[in-house]
Amino acid sequence: MTAVSTPPPRVATSDGADAAPQPRRRRWLGENPLGLVFSAPYLVFVLVVFAYPIVFAVWMSFQDYFFAAPGAVVDRPFVGFANYVAVLQDPKVWQSFGNVGIFLLINVPLTVVFSLLLAYGLNTIIHAGIFFRISYYVPYVTASVAVVAVWLFLFSRDGLVNQVLGPLAPEPSWLVNSALAMPTIALFVTWKGMAFYILLYLAALQNVSKELYEAASVDGAGPVRKFFSVTVPGVRPATFLVLLLATVTGANLFTEPYLLTGGGGPNGASSSPVLLMYQKGIEQGNPDVASAIGVILIILVLGIAWIQRRFVGKED
Amino acid sequence: MSHPDLPVNTDTVAMVTERRRSRRSHNPNEAGRGRKVLLYVVLALGAFAFLFPFYYMVIGSLQTKVDPSVAGAFPDPANISGDNYVAINERINLVQGLVNSGIFTGGVLIGTIVFGVLAGYALAILHWRGRGVVFALALLVQVVPFQLLMIPLYVMIARDFGLADSYGGMILPFFINSTAVIIFRQYFVQLPKELWEAARIDGAGELRVLWSVALPLVRPAVLTTIILTFIGPWNEFLWPFLITKEAALQPLAVSLANFISTVAASTANPFGAMMAGAVVLSIPAIVLFLVFQRYFVSTDLGSSVKG
Repeated sequence: MTAVSTPPPRVATSDGADAAPQPRRRRWLGENPLGLVFSAPYLVFVLVVFAYPIVFAVWMSFQDYFFAAPGAVVDRPFVGFANYVAVLQDPKVWQSFGNVGIFLLINVPLTVVFSLLLAYGLNTIIHAGIFFRISYYVPYVTASVAVVAVWLFLFSRDGLVNQVLGPLAPEPSWLVNSALAMPTIALFVTWKGMAFYILLYLAALQNVSKELYEAASVDGAGPVRKFFSVTVPGVRPATFLVLLLATVTGANLFTEPYLLTGGGGPNGASSSPVLLMYQKGIEQGNPDVASAIGVILIILVLGIAWIQRRFVGKED
Repeated sequence: MSHPDLPVNTDTVAMVTERRRSRRSHNPNEAGRGRKVLLYVVLALGAFAFLFPFYYMVIGSLQTKVDPSVAGAFPDPANISGDNYVAINERINLVQGLVNSGIFTGGVLIGTIVFGVLAGYALAILHWRGRGVVFALALLVQVVPFQLLMIPLYVMIARDFGLADSYGGMILPFFINSTAVIIFRQYFVQLPKELWEAARIDGAGELRVLWSVALPLVRPAVLTTIILTFIGPWNEFLWPFLITKEAALQPLAVSLANFISTVAASTANPFGAMMAGAVVLSIPAIVLFLVFQRYFVSTDLGSSVKG
């Protein structure tokens, strides 16, 4: 603040000298063209890392694209929908999309219910709030690879979970059981990512008006009634965000099936589209087919997001 | 640590609450108190579910001989040693891994703070053509599933730019965190407009306003951004895994993952060694989070996502 109160006169005069070309420049670039200069690095970054690759991926999915030595001139012909046909005829692809469907059916409801409940609890209590908050956030700030290691340990055949369950332990064990591998992964991701959604709900709960709660009390509503009639509708915009982001996260599933179930096992029961993209695109050298999977995945995610917006996100 | 009892406890508390409520329903404070106890029990169960795996990680990393039994969840002085840390360090160079993770994360932090503050300031304070478009892009980027870009990015960065097995190639896709740009913008928008007007009336140029007025004020947002941005690259697995084949360049998350998926079985106590590696990988992020946790706040995040 103190630094500002000393006016540097130089700047003032140079401004005066620029006065003539100013109006036209302003009309084209706005009042403060320096803003474009300040944003330029970020804009270039977004174009190089997001915009161009998206276009490139779509283009690649219509080519017979393969890796070639740098600088080599190769012919990569346009093949129309051939890559898409190949993808859609591959039962492994269908299986991986089905797996993500199972994943979302388990992960999304659990995430919405528990993150809202825990956020509501955190928002209500007076004591030990910091302790609870920190404990909920710890999995979120820790590397997937590190917590995957613990889950491998906990859910291994002779692991603690099965020891506690005793005769109730599933056979074959969790991560090698084709019916349980994907649900276990869904549970893991729910647990790991919960904190982020708790944060979103905590922010949303600040915006639910106190008067509504008071009005409900006057009408004789109990705490459960108030939760469902005031809190749940009050945080609906946040619920839409949670649904959307949980869906996007689910579509991105890679690390967990790669490490928890040793690459989508058993027999592809926990494979995911992104895992297939890695296997087909990088390991087997078919980036064109992998891109086609990616494009289909994006279209599906957009479709789900649209449905969620229609039913949850719309304003009253 | 008698966790199997905990669910029973909830039931008991619920029953007690119920009984109290029916007996003294004329006293609403009593009923409210029972509810509060129930609330704390639920929150404590949550805390247990979130923290126990970390406790178990530490215990497992210290067990000389792996003990997955229920008794093994409690520390046993006869079975505690640092052997697993030595074992994992023989397979993957922990220090080198930490240094690589640090360089990767540090590069992203520098890019995000320098260019994120610039962009956030421009988006919030300056009026220029295209401002709305850039802001919309920053919001849109948040919902683009990054993994879906991995194939084209891999072709571009590893093949076209020749940046495979380099820190630059690792850093590039994360260089400027869009969430940080939005947090900075949001922060600048909240500051009173008079500040900027006063500075300009005093004749300060835009660069000077940014340097002497905006930067000192934006410090809390920088701290929020550091903790938020740090956990991205530090914990990132897929991208550095794709781009680094050379073990000497791999961040710790990648080398630990390779250990888990390929060589763990060949060690004497594979789970112990995995836990030891997991502890080393977790500690920096958790410590940083504990130090900065009061800056890890919902309002910033919430408003940033809401735009």
